[in-house]
Amino acid sequence: MPDHILTYLIFLPVLAAFLALFIPRDRSAWFRVLNLAVCGVQGILTIIAIVRYGSETGDLRLIERTEWFSLNLGTWGSLRAEYFLGVDGLSLPLIALTVFVMIIAGISSWTITKGVKGYFTLMLILNAAVIGSFAALDLLLFYLFFEFMLLPMFFLIGIWGGKRREYASIKFFLYTLCGSILILVAFIGLYISGSVPGDVATHTFNIMYLRDGSNYVPGSVLDPSGTWLIGGWSARNWAFLLLFVGFAIKLPMVPFHTWLPDAHVEAPTPVSVILAALLLKIGGYGLLRIAYPLFPDAALSLSWMVGLFGVVSIIYGALTAMASKDLKRLIAYSSVSHMGYVLLGMASATQEGVSGAVYQMVSHGVITTMLFLIAGVLYDRTNDRMIENYSGLARIMPVYFVVVLIAFFASLGLPGFSGFIAEIMVFLGAFRSNVIHLSLAIIATLGLALGAAYYLWTIQRMFFGKLHVRGAASTEQLTDLDLREKVMFLPLAAITLILGIFPQLLLNYIDPFALGFVSLLTGGS
Amino acid sequence: MNAVQYLWLVPLLPLLGAVLLIVAGRNMSKPIIASIGAGSVGLSALTVIVIGVAFLSNPDVYEISVWQWIAVGNLTPSIELHLDALSLMFIFVITFVGFLIHLYSVEFMGEDSGYARFFACLNLFVCSMLLLVLAGNLVLLYLGWEGVGLCSYLLIGFWYEDPKNGYAARKAFIITRVGDTAMLIGLFLLFATFNSLDIETILSAAPSRWEQGSSIATVAALLLLGGAAGKSAQLPLQNWLPDAMAGPTPVSALIHAATMVTAGVYLIARMNVLFELSPVAMTTVGVVGAVTLLIAGFSAMTQTDLKRVLAYSTISQIGYMFLALGVGAWSAAIFHFFTHAFFKALLFLGAGAIIEALHHEHNIFRMGGLRKQLPIVFITFLAGAASLAALPLVTSGFYSKDMILWYAWAGEKGSGLLFIAGLVGALVTALYTTRLVIVTFFGYANTRVSKRPGWRMTMPLGVLAALSVVVGFLEVPHNFWHAQLISGFLGGVLPAAVIDSGIEAYEWALQLLAAVVTLGGIFIGYFVYMATPGLHELVKKKFPTLHQLMYDGWGFDALYTLLFVKPVTWLARASRGDVIDGIYTGIAWVAIAANRAIATTQNGVMRWYVLGIVVGALLIITLGILV
Repeated sequence: MPDHILTYLIFLPVLAAFLALFIPRDRSAWFRVLNLAVCGVQGILTIIAIVRYGSETGDLRLIERTEWFSLNLGTWGSLRAEYFLGVDGLSLPLIALTVFVMIIAGISSWTITKGVKGYFTLMLILNAAVIGSFAALDLLLFYLFFEFMLLPMFFLIGIWGGKRREYASIKFFLYTLCGSILILVAFIGLYISGSVPGDVATHTFNIMYLRDGSNYVPGSVLDPSGTWLIGGWSARNWAFLLLFVGFAIKLPMVPFHTWLPDAHVEAPTPVSVILAALLLKIGGYGLLRIAYPLFPDAALSLSWMVGLFGVVSIIYGALTAMASKDLKRLIAYSSVSHMGYVLLGMASATQEGVSGAVYQMVSHGVITTMLFLIAGVLYDRTNDRMIENYSGLARIMPVYFVVVLIAFFASLGLPGFSGFIAEIMVFLGAFRSNVIHLSLAIIATLGLALGAAYYLWTIQRMFFGKLHVRGAASTEQLTDLDLREKVMFLPLAAITLILGIFPQLLLNYIDPFALGFVSLLTGGS
Repeated sequence: MNAVQYLWLVPLLPLLGAVLLIVAGRNMSKPIIASIGAGSVGLSALTVIVIGVAFLSNPDVYEISVWQWIAVGNLTPSIELHLDALSLMFIFVITFVGFLIHLYSVEFMGEDSGYARFFACLNLFVCSMLLLVLAGNLVLLYLGWEGVGLCSYLLIGFWYEDPKNGYAARKAFIITRVGDTAMLIGLFLLFATFNSLDIETILSAAPSRWEQGSSIATVAALLLLGGAAGKSAQLPLQNWLPDAMAGPTPVSALIHAATMVTAGVYLIARMNVLFELSPVAMTTVGVVGAVTLLIAGFSAMTQTDLKRVLAYSTISQIGYMFLALGVGAWSAAIFHFFTHAFFKALLFLGAGAIIEALHHEHNIFRMGGLRKQLPIVFITFLAGAASLAALPLVTSGFYSKDMILWYAWAGEKGSGLLFIAGLVGALVTALYTTRLVIVTFFGYANTRVSKRPGWRMTMPLGVLAALSVVVGFLEVPHNFWHAQLISGFLGGVLPAAVIDSGIEAYEWALQLLAAVVTLGGIFIGYFVYMATPGLHELVKKKFPTLHQLMYDGWGFDALYTLLFVKPVTWLARASRGDVIDGIYTGIAWVAIAANRAIATTQNGVMRWYVLGIVVGALLIITLGILV
């Protein structure tokens, strides 16, 4: 057990998915329990992993590394892919987040009654793929897990979704596929150009090798000291751009975000939760793990662009959220806005900014889980999420109202909650960055005022005023939270508060990573 | 270290109260809720008194670090409490006045179904406000700053079933958030320059880092002023406060009169070094104060809602504090904060008692004659009103306002215009205060009193009334008596005001002038509203437009709706369909259209296919010949 903890984390759900095939399809409870048991064991494994990882460091640890396969490709040299796993201050918090959110999503999935067997099987595969993506340190392995997320998600939206589920799932599929292709092209370029140390003929997908500029074949396309120009621009800039756009679609970044609101509006609640809390993070993770460290030179010269799109996402997402009539669409756009901070933070190329970006990923993961569950609570009761159809809910759903207040204020960056810590670090980084322009940082602060505006307006419209329900719903349907829902919300609310008051719990891991990241970036210029 | 080491108890006790009430308040009986709510603040006030005694015997600057909050790169704010004379004055007012208002609320809110929610929010407010003034770094200060904003929001919208209240709450939060955003940019700027957000570090490094009058210092100071103006309801962010009166009256007394709205004054006083570096910023603070005190004073003259009169008066009085800050009379500003906290809390609590007694009647012209029906309220209210109007010699308001006027004239940074603004303001203040007292308490009783306040409401009134008179004598003018306790107390923290040389001799003349102006205002009020019945109606009819303008707070709401609300909502509505998605829909549409167009060529008719082949072949041959 001690040596393969990441492998266990990844393949336990795969094994369970296999087991699920033998459970009769009408035993809904068995699937629920199986899924929850897997997540529970993963939770224990994660705690063990955190303990074994130790603290006060951002180093790569818990490494598992064996040769996966090796192919002789004649004149192309030989291909070597490794089964290479490990975690550092970036991926460990994200894996912990994944396991936690999967538990919550598992409990939330109890309301699913249609096709339970297929549903939970897909959930388990998704679980494995997400953790695999965060743990893989070989590009081919990463790509495998990355693509493996696509299909379960496609079916989860396309089969268990709302009225326009097919439109939404195909849209999601097309966008993500486009992103994948761009990423693949960059990976192939990297593979052709990179080699294992001391052996120019053996090409590699190993991220750690590819971070080192001396491991590139001299004269190859992406050789850092090479002079390849494509359309007047260095090939490395192009490769960075491919990765940037590829991951930015996943993030999602304006203007590549339009799959997200549709996917969210149609997806069932637990799938939305996973989509927003975890899958979006793969985009940010890919930028921080691959695009930036592998192309520090290009990243530094194009960071202004990353920052610019980050700010555009912050403002545009907030404005569109303000106009949304559907509560879930509003939350989806708020995600676009909040993921913009991740871009702004990493673009600043400062220790504060990068720490803030990673912190924002974790914090947004927790807060957005609450937000989508909040939308789900309403939808479960009335099948109606239109904001204008509700008024004065505070009176009949007081506990729900408290939860909404916590989630909304945490999301709008109120100090004391985790979102504030992330935002203040991002902004401080952006303000003292010499990579991005000061005006960008100033414009981004508008997002703070806009965030307050759309959340408070929503509270006022739905919860204040006289009790009133329009449309198909009736007030009898609007019962306050039940025990299962309280069990879901309590840990979420507690964690945003704890991360807001004791952020060092997490920053002890993230900060050393950010330090190494920034020195890699600025040392490479 | 002595008793001061228990400083952390001061914000912790109200926090515990809030947490208890949030978690279990639903299942508690009202007496238990009341004892937790008021008791926690009471204990906190006692702790402050103990600490205060220890502090007085050994005045110093105390830093109590509780834990390291964040440590990333240069960003290393701790949860640390910083106690000096300035913060001690604030925490005394917050806990002491706060406790009296909690006690008052026990009875005032007795019938309300949201009893636990009310005390939970009020306790949380006290905790946040204490953190704000005790914070040793700007990040923690910002935590308190936003925390009080949240509580203000929740309490303005306390009776949320009326949509008007929800609107007022949202307006308050968003307008102050605009100011907060400016302030936050200021913090980022300070961090980018000093690599720290520790207040002491910034203040000690600023003079050597930034030249006197440098533009960066001006920008930083003005950004902080933006935050201060938002919280303290100063021009141009003043228009949320009158609407904030939608909250329960104890809330108006504690948050929107005595404490939270003075947070801006605290911030500027705390960051005084920064402001001193920029004459432009100082002048701006003074001008903002002067203009605000005038426009709010004029608006107060025309209001008919008892609480709105007091709200405009609060804006106006904080304007005086800003004026004092702007002329470098730091201690005078804090002194006025101190006296104002007592007499304005008193006036609001009195107003609450009246409104309760009259079936929630807010219109002062439907009151009248309450002098005999509510004698305790009348006497205490009179004490507060006299202090607000700055009745010479016997009220605290006279001493604090006189100090401000004196420095506005004689101070090195003072000017004739600022002084005249203050003087006109004094006239207006006396006038609207007299009007308020006459219309409410004298004349014909328009509404019957249904219920008289009990001891838990009258006791705080009595204590505050006594203090409204007494605290003034802590700091009397130099030429009266040698008792300048406040400025002496604050001397170690705030720089002393510098006055032009040779001007001291005229101090008595100014005092006389101020006294005459105040008495004049009172007389005009008496003449218009009491001695000549019907005169005020006549004046109102004579200048209908002006009256309406003043009544509406000079049209700022309409202006902001036009300038900001409309464009933002328009932008939001324009992006409702997510315009960018249109591009992709367009691409998809083109692809489908092309597919249809090309699919029509596959029609199964042989002639068309042959034709196609022929045309294609011809095209290729032609191209081959040409190229």
